[in-house]
Amino acid sequence: MTTAAAPSSAEVRPLRKLYRSSEGRWLGGVARGLAGHLGLPVSWVRLVFLVLFFTSGLGALLYAVFWFVVPLGAGGVDSAPRAAKTAKSGKTSRRPDKGKIFAVVVVIAALVALSENLQFGSANAYVWPLLLMGIGVAVVWRQADNARRAHWTEVSRRKRLLPLARSAAGAILVGAGVTGFVVIQGSGRQLGSVLQASLAVLVGIGLLAGPYLVRMTQDLSEERLMRIRAQERAEVAAHVHDSVLHTLTLIQRSSENPREVARLARAQERELRAWLYKGAKGTSKDEEEAPQTLAEAVKATAAEVEDHHGVPVEVVCVGDCPLDEKTTAQVQSAREAMVNAAKYGGEGGAVQVFAEVEGLTVFVSVRDRGPGFDPASVPADRMGVRESIIGRMVRNGGKAEVRSAPGEGTEVVLEMERAQS
Amino acid sequence: MSDEQERRARVVLVDDHRMFRAGVQAEIGQTATTGIEVVGEAGDVDQAVTVITATRPDVVLLDVHLPGGGGVEVLRRSAALMAGPEQPVRFLALSVSDAAEDVIGVIRGGARGYVTKTITGTDLVNAVFRVADGDAVFSPRLAGFVLDAFASTDAPPVDEDLDRLTQREREVLRLIARGYAYKEIAKQLFISVKTVESHVSAVLRKLQLSNRHELTRWATARRLV
Repeated sequence: MTTAAAPSSAEVRPLRKLYRSSEGRWLGGVARGLAGHLGLPVSWVRLVFLVLFFTSGLGALLYAVFWFVVPLGAGGVDSAPRAAKTAKSGKTSRRPDKGKIFAVVVVIAALVALSENLQFGSANAYVWPLLLMGIGVAVVWRQADNARRAHWTEVSRRKRLLPLARSAAGAILVGAGVTGFVVIQGSGRQLGSVLQASLAVLVGIGLLAGPYLVRMTQDLSEERLMRIRAQERAEVAAHVHDSVLHTLTLIQRSSENPREVARLARAQERELRAWLYKGAKGTSKDEEEAPQTLAEAVKATAAEVEDHHGVPVEVVCVGDCPLDEKTTAQVQSAREAMVNAAKYGGEGGAVQVFAEVEGLTVFVSVRDRGPGFDPASVPADRMGVRESIIGRMVRNGGKAEVRSAPGEGTEVVLEMERAQS
Repeated sequence: MSDEQERRARVVLVDDHRMFRAGVQAEIGQTATTGIEVVGEAGDVDQAVTVITATRPDVVLLDVHLPGGGGVEVLRRSAALMAGPEQPVRFLALSVSDAAEDVIGVIRGGARGYVTKTITGTDLVNAVFRVADGDAVFSPRLAGFVLDAFASTDAPPVDEDLDRLTQREREVLRLIARGYAYKEIAKQLFISVKTVESHVSAVLRKLQLSNRHELTRWATARRLV
């Protein structure tokens, strides 16, 4: 059954491992997983299993082997029918669906039929203990299966009791099976001593294997830790490579242009800083995201102006508030002020921006150390400051003031009462 | 401070980056032009404590991030030198980090000021002399952090008055945060530069004192401590 369909779908997905399907399965997801792997319809595989089942239970054995050996995964038939099926069964996955119940009923019926039809003769007595043990082992193995599934679906389960109960049930079943053996084989009187002996053996094995097991788990967790660290280091290296090294290269290339160098270095510093300090808090904010608060908006604006004009802009923010219409207008006015400061006052050093939110009052000051000017001497037809800074503030119910004197730099002060929130 | 006659200050540089120490030394450590003499350097906490104890400088330029516990650890182990009967050793934090927890941490540890490494050589020289004189040096950013720290509580309980900032101190800080120089602040508020300096020193003292009150609350709210 591998001949026809497998190569065609193997072209599409070159590297495939056999997984049991975790979705839309009836029992262990073996049939679905196999079907996905071989590129056959699920019903065919199920039919094959069913047919094999009636040839002295070979199908069941095969199915069991697959169930135990093949890991649960995201394999399976991932064509349209499966997608439709998972979408449908996704909501009802808590409850066993009809298919599952049907499969279990069929298996039980087949087992009963099998046990009645087959003649074990004297060995008949061993069947039930064996079956018990088998079920016990299966129950415990299912546990690993569940753990794996939980790992796959990343669902944190609150039921701690269930796995414990399952383990206990499995152990009891196996114990019962063993006891059954013993009872059948010998007389019940020896049961006690046999149990004692087996207990002793178990404890002995535990003592022997314990240290190895402990060391193995320790090694495993250590290895995991190392892997996480290596991953982090790789991430840092990647970031440094992507941003810092590139910037340094650019700086070397444009070393004859000090303004450009300074701009690059500052942009890089700001980016690295943001990455270092924001990354530590675990909030990887999308950089494209528009700022939501005043402080963020002021900082973003300052960064923009800094990049654009190649003049350092130092921002100090005290307090914060959400952006609304009024504060947005204020930030826009501040932006104009920053641009002016960078253009005309940038020679005197960094532009200093101070934003404070105190109660309902929002205060922004933009200061440069440039040559300054006499505000009274500005001709009336110059609209820059008057319209885009003072005018905008007044229209939105705030006030703006430009303080400047020749030789003392310029400070633009913006005040706004923000809306009651 | 070039207008004053022959000012001298002995300085120890503590920074784990040799390049940076060399840079600072080149910029400020020229006795002839600046009056600053670099008498020692250290690259980690142990070295720093040894060098500071041995040389007893006027000012220590202290990096916040150091191997062996950071600038705060240096401050803790040098506490005796800051309070001794002799001429006290003063610390000026000089860091590339402008994260609030670093700044507030070293100020509470007893540093007399905090400037970032982007500061110009001239400003740094001025800052060193101011700290040597016992004044506090606030960068606009530091003033912003302090205002932030004290602003979070709006209704002051009466008995905590001592640790709160007065109206004037807040005004001074606000002007510092806006990028005013001390002289300009004095002019703006019609007070003397000396008064500005004493206001700033008072703020610094309160900052170190008030870890029981606002600052603790502020820091805990931000999970800084």
